[in-house]
Amino acid sequence: MTQVSEIAYKVRSKNAGPFWVTVDVFCGTPEAYTRLSDALKTEEVAALYHQPTQLLKRFDIPDLNVIKFSFPRPVIQGHRSDRDMHGAQWATLLAEMSL
Amino acid sequence: MPTRVLIPSGVLCLGFDREALARGVAMKPDLIAIDGGSTDSGPWSLGAGQSKYARSVTKSEWRELMLARAEAGVPLVIGTTGTCGADACVDWMFEITQELASELGQSLRIARLYSGQPAARITDALAAGRIKPLTPAPEISAETLAEMTNIVALAGAEQIQAALNTGADIVIAGRTTDTAIIAALPLQRGDHAGAAWHGAKIAECGALCSTNPTSGVILVDFDAEGFTVEPLATGASCTPHSVSAHMLYENSDPFILYEPGGHLDVTQTRYTALDGVRTRATGSKWVPGPYTVKLEGARAAGFQTTLIAVLRDAHYVANAQAWADKLHGFLDSLIARRMALDPASYNLDFRLIGVNAALGEMENRTGQPVEVGVLLIITAKTQALASEIGKLANPHLLHYPLTANEELPTFAFPYSPAQSDRGALYEFALNHVLELDDPMSAFRLTVTEVTP
Repeated sequence: MTQVSEIAYKVRSKNAGPFWVTVDVFCGTPEAYTRLSDALKTEEVAALYHQPTQLLKRFDIPDLNVIKFSFPRPVIQGHRSDRDMHGAQWATLLAEMSL
Repeated sequence: MPTRVLIPSGVLCLGFDREALARGVAMKPDLIAIDGGSTDSGPWSLGAGQSKYARSVTKSEWRELMLARAEAGVPLVIGTTGTCGADACVDWMFEITQELASELGQSLRIARLYSGQPAARITDALAAGRIKPLTPAPEISAETLAEMTNIVALAGAEQIQAALNTGADIVIAGRTTDTAIIAALPLQRGDHAGAAWHGAKIAECGALCSTNPTSGVILVDFDAEGFTVEPLATGASCTPHSVSAHMLYENSDPFILYEPGGHLDVTQTRYTALDGVRTRATGSKWVPGPYTVKLEGARAAGFQTTLIAVLRDAHYVANAQAWADKLHGFLDSLIARRMALDPASYNLDFRLIGVNAALGEMENRTGQPVEVGVLLIITAKTQALASEIGKLANPHLLHYPLTANEELPTFAFPYSPAQSDRGALYEFALNHVLELDDPMSAFRLTVTEVTP
């Protein structure tokens, strides 16, 4: 099975304010972009982050060879049950996702 | 009128390339602007009304920027002072600035822009229907608002313009949008509004929009049609890709950015490389809307005590989750029996470092770690109570056995005492906007002449 990280140049995630997190998939080339844009299913990404599909915003940006996903944080940044203050480790889930 | 803004770095205390800063000063900017914070590191700063950065580093870097300002002869603006931009942080930065003015022998006019909001003002606005929730927004009421230790409103360009129009040499602003401190002057001078906001967004993180993100210093030229961005560190360049990709950063929507009084739309922006170093952008659009300012608030949500034990015994490493679950149940019953505490008045949270501490239930991988760190986070209504629960848990976190018929195990405590009192836990409690008829009506401006 091929992982997203074997095709993408980089996958990063970060809070977009305390209430949202955003995951950017930098594909690097138009070929990688086309492949990942087709292969990444919105509902599968939503399931990866335990999110209802309708809450996941998706942006396919061919000019940058980037696919971006944004969704409300299930736990607000800094709440006592938050495990990752910056949301930066969340990228690993998408990077390791099998296609 | 074309406007040139020098941005020393993405935030005060991250450092900047001094040669690049000197180069920027020599290029005769109209303004030097630097950000002082954001919500990035969590609710503590806003909750406590304190900077997360060291005072010594803040003062040392601010000294260099005050010298750069004196040489350039233009205003120096800091936004979101002291990480969160609470009023106490503005006062803290003002004190540092006064000390430096005295040490450097500078006579200055200093404008302080306060963004702090009395709870009563927000409660009244809530009753008047002038507070609107964003998505997702916590529930708010007069009671929850009264509990917040700090509420701030994010100032936009209008409030920064008011501060600059006092003739200030230095503007120390409380909470502002990251972009407002950069966009205010080009907007006032009639440069292209879309370009003013977009150029400000690109430059607000300093050299993060360039090929050398840690080099700091960025120069932006604004004019009637667009903006041109240039990194000043040797070897760094702003390419159409590095510049346009920056709209992705910490932004849930890479094409739209909401600001007080409207939003920026970069859907139609064209990026052109002027040479190997500079990139020009045109076609960015400013769409005016109702005048609202975003609110941020934090409140104390209890006090915490933490303990860490390390499991190295292979049997316990392999059964760490089952062990933690069993210990959790045991501690709950012990707390009920010995302390007679209602379960709703405290919280125990076990984080298994080496298993799923970062991702929790989302974790979908399993491995065979050599050891597992067990972080026990206790939250209770008072520090004394959290600390007392920590002491109750201590011997069991050290010795709790998986089965009844085994010799008592002893795990590794990294230090003595095993428990650490963390103080108050704060949480963000507002994700709303406040409607204003007059942009200055929720902000306060104080001007002081300082002589050495």
